[in-house]
Amino acid sequence: MSKPSDLVQGTLDMLLLKILALEPMNGFAVSQRLKQVSGDILQMSDGSLYPALHKLEQEGWITAEWKTSEYGRRAKYYSLTHLGRRQLEKEADNWGRLSSAISRVIKLKEA
Amino acid sequence: MRPEHWLYTIPLRLRSLFRRRQADQELDDELRDHVERKTQEYNAKGLVPEEARRQALIEMGGIEKRKEECRDARRVRWLQDLAQDLRFGLRMLRKSPAFTAITIATLAMGIGANGAIFAVIENVLLKPLPFPDSAELVDLGHDVPGIGLHGRSAPFLYFIYGEQSRSFQSMGLWRENSNNLTGLAEPEHVRSLALTSEVLPMVGVQPLLGRLFSAADTAPGAPLTAMLAYGFWREKFGADTSMIGRNIIIDGQPRQVIGVLPRNFWFMDSKAAVVLPLQFDRNKIFLGQFQYSGIARLKPGVSVAQASADCARLIPVALRSFPPFPGLSLASFERERITPAFTSLKASLLGDIGGVLWVLMGTIGMVLLIACANVANLMLVRTQGRQQEFAIRSALGAGWWQIARELLVESLVLGVAGGAVGACLALGALRLLQFLHPANLPRLEQISMDAASVLFTFAISVFAGLLFGLIPAIRYAGGGGAAALRTAGRGASESRQRHRARNTLVVVQVALALVLLIGSGLMIRTFQALRHVNPGFVRPEELQTFDISIPRSVSAAPVAVTRMEQSIADKIAAVPGVSSVGLTNDVPMDDGHWYDPVQIEGREADNLPGRVYKFVSPGLLATMGNSLVAGRDFTWEDLYDQHRVVMLSENLARELWGTPQAALGKHVRHLSISPWLEVIGVVGDERADGVDQPAPETIYWPLLMDHFGPDPLHATPDVSYVVRTPRARSSALMQELSQAVWSVSKELPLANPQTLEDLYNKSLSRTSLALVMLGIAGAMAFALGVAGLYGVISYSVAQRTREIGIRVAMGAQHSTVRRMFIAEGARLTVIGIAVGSVAALGLMRLMASLLFGVKPFDPLTYAGVAAALAAAAAMASYIPARRAMRVDPIVALRYE
Repeated sequence: MSKPSDLVQGTLDMLLLKILALEPMNGFAVSQRLKQVSGDILQMSDGSLYPALHKLEQEGWITAEWKTSEYGRRAKYYSLTHLGRRQLEKEADNWGRLSSAISRVIKLKEA
Repeated sequence: MRPEHWLYTIPLRLRSLFRRRQADQELDDELRDHVERKTQEYNAKGLVPEEARRQALIEMGGIEKRKEECRDARRVRWLQDLAQDLRFGLRMLRKSPAFTAITIATLAMGIGANGAIFAVIENVLLKPLPFPDSAELVDLGHDVPGIGLHGRSAPFLYFIYGEQSRSFQSMGLWRENSNNLTGLAEPEHVRSLALTSEVLPMVGVQPLLGRLFSAADTAPGAPLTAMLAYGFWREKFGADTSMIGRNIIIDGQPRQVIGVLPRNFWFMDSKAAVVLPLQFDRNKIFLGQFQYSGIARLKPGVSVAQASADCARLIPVALRSFPPFPGLSLASFERERITPAFTSLKASLLGDIGGVLWVLMGTIGMVLLIACANVANLMLVRTQGRQQEFAIRSALGAGWWQIARELLVESLVLGVAGGAVGACLALGALRLLQFLHPANLPRLEQISMDAASVLFTFAISVFAGLLFGLIPAIRYAGGGGAAALRTAGRGASESRQRHRARNTLVVVQVALALVLLIGSGLMIRTFQALRHVNPGFVRPEELQTFDISIPRSVSAAPVAVTRMEQSIADKIAAVPGVSSVGLTNDVPMDDGHWYDPVQIEGREADNLPGRVYKFVSPGLLATMGNSLVAGRDFTWEDLYDQHRVVMLSENLARELWGTPQAALGKHVRHLSISPWLEVIGVVGDERADGVDQPAPETIYWPLLMDHFGPDPLHATPDVSYVVRTPRARSSALMQELSQAVWSVSKELPLANPQTLEDLYNKSLSRTSLALVMLGIAGAMAFALGVAGLYGVISYSVAQRTREIGIRVAMGAQHSTVRRMFIAEGARLTVIGIAVGSVAALGLMRLMASLLFGVKPFDPLTYAGVAAALAAAAAMASYIPARRAMRVDPIVALRYE
């Protein structure tokens, strides 16, 4: 599976942050939720998911905890930090401005 | 927000760094967990368990690769990787101790030698002199081509420059001398430094005790004073602080000690024990007297050229301000063409030692290159053995840089280790150098492994490591692809192309070794040529010399002085083992000469060149073994009856009258007020300036003469005795000689005992230093080059075992196989010798100044060295080739 076609890496990070803002979950659950919420349009390959998550953790925007999962094994659960919340707000703002600008250009009436 | 962000993330990054294993395990668990969940999902969708798992794994991709990417995302990887490479490299090196030991030893030699030479060059040539603002200090040397003087100064110039020059902040004169010190348990002859009062303050010296000389101390008629050097004060006076104010007796005159110099006092490599003031009386100064050295500190902004021009215009003024030496005319001084030849103080101290040192640096640098080539070869061989490993890793996704980095870390470790050992070797070598005390090396005590030298050693170890690490890295880190996987170990045999890198290295080694060996060869020929020069005297190892100085307090009247000298000579002749004795003011190859012009009867008295003045006793010529080419020697009657007689050297006689015979009976004199003296003997030429210099034209005056100068009688109270005895150099002999001297007068210490052989060897020392260094470098290069060739051929044999087996099985003779490998070795040697010869032709020209009696392109040396190298190389190829011959085809074909 390839990356979602019209998304840039930074936007991807924003999506992950948002998903984790909803509730803490582990990596598998994040990719499932993303698929589900976007109606199968936005899918992340497993190969790019985990590096992205680790980068977010290194930046301090998400934090991880090892808990016993429902299968009785240990699993890593990510959650958003307050730094991450601020980053999310900032990126959401940027995204809003970018997308409305693009919309304005696209909606221009042709002569 | 940013600083807070950083504070938060730093613990995270540190955690990644330090709890690596745990983090690694967690990463592994996390990814596997994901795969598990995916598998469950596919299970639930209806896939067979194995299919579900397979699908999940495919979607994840390679788990290891994902882990790498996650670690990448954490961005502390480079440090971890470096640490891992380091650990891995050390382990690899520990597993092959022989390789590691040989490599480190080779590198240590090359790097250590370079470090040592650099320390010498840096401390002797490059570092400024240890004086404040030493760039402003100049040596006030003058050239007087008329009498062959260079680099000297005189009191009359000192006064005029001091009064009228605009270029100097401060100016002074100094000279080294030696004097008698009496009043202690035994009379002693000490080295002294005499200087005017400006000199010590000019170079920033502070006394340890007491004070320096003031202008009052150097005024004529002032009470006599002296300063002591630290070592002398401690040794002779027990570091007694009450020495200040006490008197010491120098040359029979009491001088008050006014100060002690500090322990680290250094002035132009002087070994003086006492420092005395120069007291000039301006009213009694004559033109001439160029026995001094001048030193000055330039005013800020004034250049040496400007100072030279300034003083050049003052010289005519000086010439008219003082009377000429009695018997000489002003015109003769003017025609001597005195010109300032000022140089920086450092340049005047270093002379031409720079040339030798840079040549040495070049040769040692070449040895290092050869050593690196050797090590690179060894590494190529080692790396080729790991080629399969690299191919697999590259196929699994390792980048070129990852593999190359590992190789480079390994080679850098070797380089730095070799450098560390080399630095210790360099330290030892420098200690040894200071112990050996080579004669021509100035500033010897200032040589040490200081920070710059250590840094240089480290830098070249890193450079060497990179150099011989890059070669195998470039060659093999790419992995080689499928071909490498396939042919490593199996397949037909090695293609010739694979040898190319190693062969090139061997050719380079052979070429460099040839260059160094040719250099050594030329130096050996030079040394031989020098030793074959006839110095003019015979069997110098039997000639013991020592100096005596008869002070005025012991004997002042010239006749009495001469009688004393004669009775000392007679007493010495009575010592057992002594076959003859003579005395003179000037022993060949020892310090400088007295130069002055000689007037010839019937010829113009102006514009005369300077000749060496030697004052000799009867019997000196016989003692030295000088040949008497015509006429006769002096007798003691000639001296006491004041016969007007003189002898000339053969080259002087030929120059003036064509043949030695023609010179007999002619008349010469010293000054216009001197009487004419008749030439009664012509002496064979003597190489008094060293065997590599032509023999100077010399005139031999009797020890005692009338009206030599302004005084009615002239004697020579400062003489050297030359004693011919097979017992030369023994301390028992010196004891007996001392007794003989003291039986005549107790106040006369003997100084500078040395044999003429010592002086002869010292004159060869510049050549012998270069010879020894080049010889060592050449020997190292030779050993490394031949070893390199041997290694390459051996390896080639080992690699081509299979091919040899095939050939022999197909019917080739063993001797054919052997010839094949010898031919390979021969090819490399010939190319190496050709390249080396061309390089040598270019490089040996740089050495021309060190050579004597042999040209830089001497064909005999080139041919001889090439032949020797070829022979050694042939042997180095033959031995492994013989091994090739013994290959059993069945064994070869069965195993790889």
